[in-house]
Amino acid sequence: MRLLLKNGRVIDPVSGRDETLDLLIEKGKIVECKPQIKTTDARVMDVSRKVVLPGLIDMHVHLREPGQEYKETIQSGGTAAARGGFTAVACMPNTKPVNDRRDVTEFIRTEARRHSPVHVFPIAAITLNLEGENLTDMAELKKAGAVAFSDDGHSVVDSQVMRRAMEYARMNDLLLIDHCEDPNLTASGVMHEGAVSYAIGLRGIPSAGEEVIVARDITLAGHFNARLHIAHLSTAGSADMVRAAKKQGIAITAEVTPHHVLLSDNHLRGYDTNYKMSPPLRGESDIKALIKAVQDGTIDVFVTDHAPHSPDDKEMEFDYAPFGIIGLESAVPLLLDRFVHSGLISLQRFAEMLSSNPARILGLEGKGRIEPGADADLTVLNLSKKHTIDVSAFASKGRNCPFNGWTVLGQPEITIVGGRVVYEAV
Amino acid sequence: MAFQHTHLLGIEDLTREDILTVLETADSFLEVSSREVKKVPVLRGKTIVNLFMEPSTRTRSSFELASKRLSADIINFSKQTSAVVKGESLRDTIENLESMQTDAIIIRHEASGSPHYIASFCRSHVINAGDGTHEHPTQALLDAFTIRQKKKRLEGLKVVIVGDCVNSRVAKSNILCLTRLGARVTLAGPPAFVPEQLKSLGADIEYNLDKALESADVVMMLRIQMERMQKNCFPSLREYAQLFSLTPQRMNRAKKRAILMHPGPINKGIELTSEMASSDRSVILKQVENGVAVRMAILYLLLGGKEREITA
Repeated sequence: MRLLLKNGRVIDPVSGRDETLDLLIEKGKIVECKPQIKTTDARVMDVSRKVVLPGLIDMHVHLREPGQEYKETIQSGGTAAARGGFTAVACMPNTKPVNDRRDVTEFIRTEARRHSPVHVFPIAAITLNLEGENLTDMAELKKAGAVAFSDDGHSVVDSQVMRRAMEYARMNDLLLIDHCEDPNLTASGVMHEGAVSYAIGLRGIPSAGEEVIVARDITLAGHFNARLHIAHLSTAGSADMVRAAKKQGIAITAEVTPHHVLLSDNHLRGYDTNYKMSPPLRGESDIKALIKAVQDGTIDVFVTDHAPHSPDDKEMEFDYAPFGIIGLESAVPLLLDRFVHSGLISLQRFAEMLSSNPARILGLEGKGRIEPGADADLTVLNLSKKHTIDVSAFASKGRNCPFNGWTVLGQPEITIVGGRVVYEAV
Repeated sequence: MAFQHTHLLGIEDLTREDILTVLETADSFLEVSSREVKKVPVLRGKTIVNLFMEPSTRTRSSFELASKRLSADIINFSKQTSAVVKGESLRDTIENLESMQTDAIIIRHEASGSPHYIASFCRSHVINAGDGTHEHPTQALLDAFTIRQKKKRLEGLKVVIVGDCVNSRVAKSNILCLTRLGARVTLAGPPAFVPEQLKSLGADIEYNLDKALESADVVMMLRIQMERMQKNCFPSLREYAQLFSLTPQRMNRAKKRAILMHPGPINKGIELTSEMASSDRSVILKQVENGVAVRMAILYLLLGGKEREITA
């Protein structure tokens, strides 16, 4: 069955197109893209006064399967993604067992094909069991479907191991996604180190703990020509270093989460464990620097770092609660409201950061653009719909979302994956 | 004088007037402990839980005695002898205790913010008896009480706090409490213990102890907390003692009538020499004695005892 989207405001960040058009979809592809398409045998969806973007891609999520299905599954996480306006996610390898071998990668892909409404692209580990010692069989993992490599949750602490990973990644044209954290500096910290952490008596995670590894890995990437993507960048200093590295021509990209640009360490004062995540919420001056880095192109991508935990996991003393917050069902409304409607970034830039950039960085062919021949992964937004974020209505199993109760303007309305409507707001 | 609080979670929630109310109420309870029959019936029929998830000598016995002298029923609860060692969560622990109709929960916990966390769901009054490296409000109140008793005032006094300020809940609560009462607080210690950001709490910082002590009215020494300390906060205890131990010579830099305080327990020979601890400058045991009266005042103000019953 063909699908015709009528009268949408179509935005393609790659060509810069922004006009009212019809889109005709057939066999999972966009076949036509022009005003007033006439056809008889197609399901017609009227999307006038709505915005049509190439499908949004969240390149940093934790789906917890295999191993911690009580926190999230590929099905529940995939459903959350579809409801949040995403047509694809890339999932981090810190599952149980770790995605450091072919059968885990294949398992994730098989489960996703069977149970997830959106595409799921596995990210494999850089080192076995995320231990930072021995490299995984990267070439084989790539063949099995891994789109990138990361030890997310940990840094590869040994500089020589990181250097070898970069050299090998370069030979195989692989992307390394870098969680930057010097464990000796961050030690047992639970929040950003600064005046607030000292006042409320929580052990601090200094900005320097992130920045020394960003500096090291930019240096290594410069010497060994690897493609490096900095995960969940959180400090002003990291942003400055990435900006400078890009100027030097180093192949580096970076991502930021909505929570790091919307919330500061001041929110920790109530000891609510929903504000506990790694990297931690930083200071107000970091937020300003991150917003600037989003605007000037230093930061390429918005990601959620969706990290679901069961309510019981988070229901404890602050020091003992696990790190992480969920984001798949709140990110798009929050960013539309606080970044697009507020005028910080254009809708073009929004589409670039959530679709074409992650598609390009991960090398996802046919994704991240709207043109004849591209994959029919599409996100339809209603920019004028006001609503209140309600975690109890989330498809994710996680409830660890500090944005619960925020009123926001704009929401995803229709999610189309491979030409199939997988979510439609009622 | 109204004391409009349900819980005592930290000095940060108290105004200057609140603090003065506590001190004045404690004044009236001080005498009770010197009576032949050290008991008043103001909290008769109330049930108080003394929930200590960390070891304690002074604070725990002080709260227990304070409760008993007010005629409340108190149960002592420690981590080691409870189902916490079987993995029961704090929330479940509190909810089970509360189902036995408790009126107040006094909590000491190694994790900062735990009293705030339990206050978010429980029905009883919550009293913070020390949470991690955050606050120890009753200690600060008894320290303020002791200073006022010895110096007759707090306004304009120079108080020097020496040692591991950043990991000390006593220091944090004292900075807030004493500055609210008009004292100036100076912190001294190596940078790992006294980071610059502590200035934002309203204290001054002086890394040279001799300079810090000049014209001090009150010197408060803190314990090196081996259980909370990370490596290399200072090179060795030997060097630490050389730079930051309070000796009689150093104490002479303070004002002639300056008093010496310590929240205990003392590491003698490290932050303090034995002779200093037992010198006539020392009010360390006075602090402990006053602690009971101050905690009686807190229990009385929170649990709604009636004024006329104090003298009954």
